[in-house]
Amino acid sequence: MAKTAPAKDKKPGRLSMLWYAVKRNKGCYLMLAPFMLFFIVFTIIPVLMSLPMGFTDFNMVQSPKYVGLSNYTTLFLSDKVFIRSIRVTLVFALFTGPVSYLLCFLLAWLINELHPKLKTIFTLIFYAPSMANVYTVWQLIFSGDLNGYLNSFLINLGLINAPVQWLTDSRYILGVTIVVQLWISLGAGFLALRAGFQNIDRTMYEAGAVEGIRTRWQELIYIVIPSMGPQLMFAAVMQIVSSFTAGTVAQNLVGFPSTDYKAHTIMTHAYDYGWVRYEMGYASAICMILFLAMFICSRAISKLLSKYND
Amino acid sequence: MAQVNTAKLKASNRRAGRKLGGTVAIFLFLTVLGLFMLFPIYLAVIMSIKPVEELFIFPPKLYAMNPTTDNFSDMFEALHQNRVPFSRYVFNSITVTVSVTVLQCVFASMAAFVLAKCKFPGSRIINSIIVISLLYQSNVIYIMQYIVMAKMHLIDNPLALILPSVASPLGLFLMRQSISQVPDSMIEAAKVDGAGLFRICWQVVMPNQKPALMTLVIFAFQAAWNIQTGSLIFQEQYKTLTTVAAQTAASGMARAGVASAVAVFILIPPILVFMLAQRQVIETMAHSGIKE
Repeated sequence: MAKTAPAKDKKPGRLSMLWYAVKRNKGCYLMLAPFMLFFIVFTIIPVLMSLPMGFTDFNMVQSPKYVGLSNYTTLFLSDKVFIRSIRVTLVFALFTGPVSYLLCFLLAWLINELHPKLKTIFTLIFYAPSMANVYTVWQLIFSGDLNGYLNSFLINLGLINAPVQWLTDSRYILGVTIVVQLWISLGAGFLALRAGFQNIDRTMYEAGAVEGIRTRWQELIYIVIPSMGPQLMFAAVMQIVSSFTAGTVAQNLVGFPSTDYKAHTIMTHAYDYGWVRYEMGYASAICMILFLAMFICSRAISKLLSKYND
Repeated sequence: MAQVNTAKLKASNRRAGRKLGGTVAIFLFLTVLGLFMLFPIYLAVIMSIKPVEELFIFPPKLYAMNPTTDNFSDMFEALHQNRVPFSRYVFNSITVTVSVTVLQCVFASMAAFVLAKCKFPGSRIINSIIVISLLYQSNVIYIMQYIVMAKMHLIDNPLALILPSVASPLGLFLMRQSISQVPDSMIEAAKVDGAGLFRICWQVVMPNQKPALMTLVIFAFQAAWNIQTGSLIFQEQYKTLTTVAAQTAASGMARAGVASAVAVFILIPPILVFMLAQRQVIETMAHSGIKE
């Protein structure tokens, strides 16, 4: 330890400055090390290995063959289903993303206004759907025969007189998928926001009341949102990922491929090429485009939130 | 101590100018929406106790006329028929879940603390890499991860279920966001008192991070509990409970009722952990109220 001081000479170069800074922060690196070790081995290395795959022809049996940009040109110039999937993904993401983000925030806030014992119960009720894997039940609810809950309910009310094919009629597929996606979307972001609300000191509200804040609404604008920046960003990232990469809901519910590709998202398209046709190079080109879209979106939201919170 | 001090809370609400009517309205609104949210789960529970002849009748009933535990006993019977004793699966699941949860929380908390509160060469790059890794999803990653694990001789090794999950960028991001709200003055004061980074992290910062930490416990437990052994493990003796339960649901004997029984059964441990963790959060808040 004591040796570091004399080693520092009068006019330090950039490298030795850096080395000095690294040495001085030894403790930081030590605390970071356990996480980074596993993170590098099991996440960073696989990600780096996967990056060039979009420029190859790779069928998982032969080693990947470099094909330049041809995957990308095929995607945009001749893959009609891909263009269609972009539209589905955008409709899906632009609707479920903001709606479930607002829902997460609104519910987390409203729950916070209740008595502590009720908080636990309501948080569980709203979070439970994202834990549960009950596609069988949703299939039963939207089932196209008379036994479907929704059909029998509507028939009993006399609103329809023949069962509706909720899961295969191209008019309803996207709507049904969106409903179920919203149902399971109160997940990680919602819980993080709940935790954020718990962090706010109660005395802040009391102080706010003294300074003339009258309604809960004003409390939200002047006290809550400014002190929740980090959690809002976390929830936004979670929401972006889940709404852009949605695909499993549709695959489990309306089948794969869905009628007329009505619920065919970019992720479903990547699944199709990767795990059905074993064209991994093409599939990873698809994923790359999706990643770029999510990256741009998250940067925009980050800019927006930091502007609001300053 | 565990009791929330209601009187103090009421006084605080009064000082903050809360009106009872508003609270009641919020309660009613949440109840109505909550019933809608619970409906499919309620149906899953009902389906799991319906005898097979009640599953497909018109009009479908919202309750079971002759509730039965057949679906559950069928499920357990199927689980018992394997070559490996049932307790072995339980043991495997507990080992995997507990080690992943504990390691994930410890590693993520320490890393999040230095990334949120210290400036050192590389800290900014690591911060952005974490977010990027959350956004980057590719179906090729799993193949590459498999190749890395095969090179490390982890395939068909029980460690294959634990090691890849202990560093979770999601957990780190969650903790970092939360720790970034801790005032710098608090950490400076501890530094002046001569505390090292490790002690500041665990004795000054983390005791105030219970809400975020408990949220991480929930995420980590849930993810670890649902790890499927898939193509990583081939020996029956290393498989987890959730894997064999899912196999049962997908196997030939699966009536819709048994599938529901499996879904309900798998959901129970995460819900228990959720309740315990959330209670912790709310108790801390009662305490910090006293401390202020």
